[in-house]
Amino acid sequence: MIYGGKKIFAGLFIFVVLLISPFLANIGKADAQPNPSLNTPTIDALAAKQCVGSAQFMRTYHMQLLNEWRDQALRHGEYTYVNSQGQKFTISLENTCLKCHSNEQQFCNTCHTYVGVTPYCWECHQKGATQ
Amino acid sequence: MKIWSSLVAVLALVLIAWLGTGVAGLYTVFGVGIPYLAFLIFALGFIYRILKWGRSPVPFCIPTTCGQQKSLPWIKQNKIENPSGTAGVVGRMILEILFFRSLFRNLKTEKRGDKLGFGSAKWLWLGGLAFHWSMLIILLRHLRFFLDPVPSLLQGLDGLDSFLQIGLPILYITDIIIVAALLYLLARRLFVAQVRYISLASDYFPLFLLLGIATSGIIMRYFLRVDVVSVKELALGLVTLRPTVPADIGSIFFIHIFLVSSLFAYFPWSKLMHAGGIFLSPTRNMANNSRRVRHINPWNYPVDVHSYAEYEAEFKEKMKKAGVPVETE
Repeated sequence: MIYGGKKIFAGLFIFVVLLISPFLANIGKADAQPNPSLNTPTIDALAAKQCVGSAQFMRTYHMQLLNEWRDQALRHGEYTYVNSQGQKFTISLENTCLKCHSNEQQFCNTCHTYVGVTPYCWECHQKGATQ
Repeated sequence: MKIWSSLVAVLALVLIAWLGTGVAGLYTVFGVGIPYLAFLIFALGFIYRILKWGRSPVPFCIPTTCGQQKSLPWIKQNKIENPSGTAGVVGRMILEILFFRSLFRNLKTEKRGDKLGFGSAKWLWLGGLAFHWSMLIILLRHLRFFLDPVPSLLQGLDGLDSFLQIGLPILYITDIIIVAALLYLLARRLFVAQVRYISLASDYFPLFLLLGIATSGIIMRYFLRVDVVSVKELALGLVTLRPTVPADIGSIFFIHIFLVSSLFAYFPWSKLMHAGGIFLSPTRNMANNSRRVRHINPWNYPVDVHSYAEYEAEFKEKMKKAGVPVETE
């Protein structure tokens, strides 16, 4: 015997709907994994297609690297980055990173949109300022 | 002992997840099997507990009140603290669930010299509120891993939570608040002698478990980072019932998800069920209308009564003979 059955079942119904709402929201949706494009004229022209770090490192730590770069360039005036291989790069979002990855829509945004991240690069940097 | 056993239990869970994935490589078990199992235990256990509570009768009308009852028209009723109808009860429940109103009234009794003093004690209320709201926001934030595309409302919430723009990935305010609140709630149990005396392993364990979950999440986001895109692929695989385990996710993720699974599986059988129980508290969810509406005790069984009318009908002749006055005729 359930006392106040109507209210209890209504409450449980709401609970279950909330609980399975992520499942319901995804019914009939295909897995759309992001597929960032590495093909830009600059990258295609490179002999060795190598970023400042390994693909795995860049995938997981690029935002921390960019943050370090910002601090080094703007707060300490250092414009040279030495990677784990001992190679030197000029610290610059627009002239180093975006020189190769000039396809923001097909590169940056694919993953950022997928995981719901909104970077604030363009609050300071100007789009298309690559020299 | 209660403290150490709880701490060791949580550390053991961390170790199990680390050994299971980092050493034994059971990624599918820890990434798919255990989360699904924990989800089922949580859902079914929660429903079971609510139905079990639903079977308990409420024999009396027992709302706790702390305000003026509905009375004569010129006496002002306190509609929230002494509700007389459904609207008042709903208002009271909303304040209770969202803002812990009854805890806000918490008092502390202290002996000062030879006088007994009563004062308001709001720290527990504040700590509890800070923890629960952070927990809710963090839970909602995590929906970004389960929904594709991410709804703009969730992105807005994310933006609010990270609006200080400290570091990259941007620091979430709730990450700080939840750890601070949990540490406060733990310190209260550890250092207030009276609270420590009544604290049990079932109080410490959830605190350590939640601290473990928050810490592993923070480590994963800010220090030992994992590839978020792979994490979302795994999470979306779970909710689309097409589970996959991407190859390149670090053990810290599996420690986090195993601790969360443990929390889900533990939830229905623990004190954490106050999440559902708050709705079923008779002292909160009843209107104080016992002078207008008769509360029928569900325990009441049918009683065989012999009314006076029946009595008189049965013994009328004998009563007349004996000269006893009868009402009928």
